[in-house]
Amino acid sequence: MFRVENVTFRYGSVVALENVSLVIEEGKRVALLGANGSGKSTLLRMLDGLCFPESGTISFRGENIDPLSLEDDTFALAFRRRVGLVFQNPDVQLFNPTVFDEVAFGPLQMRWSKDEIRQRVEGTLDTMEIRHLKDRPPHRLSGGEKKRVAIASVLVLDPEVLLLDEPTGALDPRSQSQIIDLLIGWGDGKKTVITATHDLGLVEDIADDCFLLQSGKVVAHGAPAGILNDEALLRGSNLIHEHRHAHPALGIHTHPHTHRT
Amino acid sequence: MTFVERTIRSLSEGMNFAALADDSARSNGMLQRVDPRIKVVGMLAMIVSVAVTHSLLTIASVFLIALSLAAASRISPLDLARWVWFPVLLFTGCIALPAIFITHGEPVHAGWPVTTQGVRTASFLLLRAETAVSLSTLLVLTTRWAHILKALRVLRLPIVFVVILGMTYRYLFLILETALDMFESRESRTVGVLDGPDRRRLAAATVGVLLSKSYHLSADVHLAMQSRGFRGEVYMLDDFAIRHIDWCWLFLFISVAATVIWVGR
Repeated sequence: MFRVENVTFRYGSVVALENVSLVIEEGKRVALLGANGSGKSTLLRMLDGLCFPESGTISFRGENIDPLSLEDDTFALAFRRRVGLVFQNPDVQLFNPTVFDEVAFGPLQMRWSKDEIRQRVEGTLDTMEIRHLKDRPPHRLSGGEKKRVAIASVLVLDPEVLLLDEPTGALDPRSQSQIIDLLIGWGDGKKTVITATHDLGLVEDIADDCFLLQSGKVVAHGAPAGILNDEALLRGSNLIHEHRHAHPALGIHTHPHTHRT
Repeated sequence: MTFVERTIRSLSEGMNFAALADDSARSNGMLQRVDPRIKVVGMLAMIVSVAVTHSLLTIASVFLIALSLAAASRISPLDLARWVWFPVLLFTGCIALPAIFITHGEPVHAGWPVTTQGVRTASFLLLRAETAVSLSTLLVLTTRWAHILKALRVLRLPIVFVVILGMTYRYLFLILETALDMFESRESRTVGVLDGPDRRRLAAATVGVLLSKSYHLSADVHLAMQSRGFRGEVYMLDDFAIRHIDWCWLFLFISVAATVIWVGR
C-alpha cells in the first residue's frame, strides 16, 4: 500500500530521516517505534503528504506522493479521503468553533451533500460516543475528549489508512484504554493503521508489524514480540533504561524500565 | 508584575466571561430560543436606532427594553452591571466628563462651570454607549459564539473572514493559557523581587517565545487543515431554520427600531 524508498529528510542541518526504506501492506496494523527525535512523526507526515523527502520516493497504491501529484485537485482530494492523520497535539487539529463543525470540516472539503455530511457526522459522533459534546467549543474539552474528537474528525471520512501520532500521549489510563479499544475495533480490524509511538505497553494491542527507528534510520523490523523481547535493541534505541527505585519487599534495586506515557 | 503580565492576566479573566457567556447562551431563556440571524439583524437595527435618535427619552426606552429582554432571558441585572454598565460608565465617563464643562451654553446654576448643553451632550453619550453595549452583550449572552459567527454571514461578511474570526477566538484561548503557564513557571523559579529592567527583559523574552510558539502552531494547524482536504476554499455548514416565531421577533425588533428613529428624529 505504502512504499518508502531511500527517503532522506532534514530540518535545516538536522537529519530527521536518513535513507529510510519500508513497505506497508494493506490491512496491516503497523507500529513505528522510536524515542523522541527518532523521526517517526516526520515519517508519518510524509506518508500523509504533508512534507516531502529531500531524496527518495514515497508511493501510495503505486502513485507517487509528491508536491506535483498533490497539486492535482482530484488526486489530492481522493488521497486525503483515503489517508487520515491524527496529530499528536489535538489542539492543532481542533480549529473549529464546535465539535460538530470540527467533525464536519473534512466532509465539507470533500464537497459532499449537506444531508450526507450531517448523517456522517451524527454517525461518527455516536460511534465515538461524543454526541453529548457536539455543541461544545474545543477549549471546554478535557484532554481525552479532545483526542476522541480529533480521531472522530478523521474517521468521519472513513479512510482506508489511519495514521496516528502518539495516540495515547498525555492521557489518563481510562482515556488511554478507551482510545486503544476504539483503534482495535475500527473497521473490524481490517483497515490499515500506522501508529507512531514510544509507548511499548501499547504495541502488542495495536500492531502486528513494527519498525524501530533510531536517529532517523530503521534499525529493526518484525513482529511486536520479537522487537519487544530484544532488550539490547530497545536499550540501544532509548526505549528502555535502567534506574534505581524501591519496592516495599525488595528494597532499592535496579531493573530495565520501558518509557510509558 | 509588568504591563504585559497584567494584560495577559486580564485577558485570561476574559476567558471566564466567555465560559459564563457560553453557559448563559445554553440556558432556556426567551432570547436564547430566537434564531441567531434574527438576533444579529434585530440587535443591529436597535443599535443603529439608538445611534441616530435625538431623544434621550427614546434611548432610555430602548435601555428599558434591553433590561426587560435580559430579565426574560435569565440574565441577572447584577451581572450586566458588573460586565457592562460599570466598565462602560468608567470609559465613556472619562470621555464625557470634559463635555460637561467645555460645551458652550447656559450654566446649570449661576456661577457653575457646568452647562445644561454639556450635561445633555454627556448624557447622550453615556446613555447611547450603555444601551448599545447592553444590546450587543445581550446578543453575546444569549447566543453561542459558533452561532454568532455563522449568523454574521447574513450580513454578507465573506466566509473566509468568519472562519478566520472563529479560529482567532479559538486559538486566543490556547495562547493565553500557554502565556499564563509560562509566567507561572517563571514565578515558581523566581526568588525575591526583580527590578524593573529585569522584569521587562523577562517579559520581552516571554513574548518572543510565545510568538515563536504561535508561529509553529499556525504552521501545524495549516498542515492539519490540509490533511483533511483543505485546498484554500472555505466551506461552512449552515444549520439554522427560521420558524414563524422568529419572523415575529424580526418584525418586533425592526418595529421598535423604526419607532425609536421616528420618535427621536
